[in-house]
Amino acid sequence: MANWIPLWVHKLSSPPNFYRFAGALRPWALVLALLLGAIALYGGLVLAPADYQQGDAYRIIFIHVPCAWMGLFIYGVMAVASFITLVWRIKLAEVVAMESAPIGAAFTFITLVTGSLWGKPMWGTWWTWDARLTSELVLLFLYLGVIGLYHSFEDRRQGARAAAFLAIIGIINVPIVHFSVNWWNTLHQGSTIRILGPSKISGDMLWPLLTMMVATKCYYVASLFGRVRTDLLAMESGKDWVRQIAESAQEGRR
Amino acid sequence: MTSFSWDHFLAMGGYAAYVWPAYAVFFVVLVADYLSPGLRRRRNLRELRGRLARQAARQQRNPSSP
Repeated sequence: MANWIPLWVHKLSSPPNFYRFAGALRPWALVLALLLGAIALYGGLVLAPADYQQGDAYRIIFIHVPCAWMGLFIYGVMAVASFITLVWRIKLAEVVAMESAPIGAAFTFITLVTGSLWGKPMWGTWWTWDARLTSELVLLFLYLGVIGLYHSFEDRRQGARAAAFLAIIGIINVPIVHFSVNWWNTLHQGSTIRILGPSKISGDMLWPLLTMMVATKCYYVASLFGRVRTDLLAMESGKDWVRQIAESAQEGRR
Repeated sequence: MTSFSWDHFLAMGGYAAYVWPAYAVFFVVLVADYLSPGLRRRRNLRELRGRLARQAARQQRNPSSP
């Protein structure tokens, strides 16, 4: 490995070390996600006032928008990890890329379904082929394509390299999803939250939204680490450290 | 809203049929996502233990084999 990478990164990325590290961090990430999620839901469903135009239907925003952000964020993580996989062939990057795909697909699926449930009362239709909705559907298909390609190879590592290639090509869809509401003016409303400049939303609606965003990030860490641990065990099943875990798990059940 | 009422809360201003299914999908999908690797992990470890047991049995019958 290149010598500009600090030693502790190198040590942490070895499968048995990362397995232990992820196992120690995962419960905390989940607790934080549940706690912040509960606070965000209380703020969004109870404390925040109804919208003057959309009434209470707008409350879907508190899951719809954080899930949509996660769909794009996880795609970014997957693409970066895929790049590292192809260039340096680090096992851990490969596992992170491939195990991010199902989580990203889950968030994108939630985004599409909750958006549909929001669109019906507000727009009068479950679905329309506008730019935002279509590019979001393409995002889901990209995730499913990565998952499918990964599992279609007999050799897992070969499958991961093919899927990593697809993930990198598909990154072109991410800015299209993000900017689609600015480029094409259709049914989907424009962005409410802006990083630069003031957001077009009142404070008592904004903080539950941002809290839920942090909660979904924590959830991603918890879910990803669980998946990575499982994959590392499967990948290294011939090694001594995995053998020890298999044997101690059996004793634990007796 | 002056005071909290469950009926008012659950009614979601007439949009209950859209808001609550959206939240249900959110929870069901994420719970399923969170639990799925645990099942896979248990199956993998069971298979590995089976393989190790077979290997040990083979070695007992024929100590010279790998």
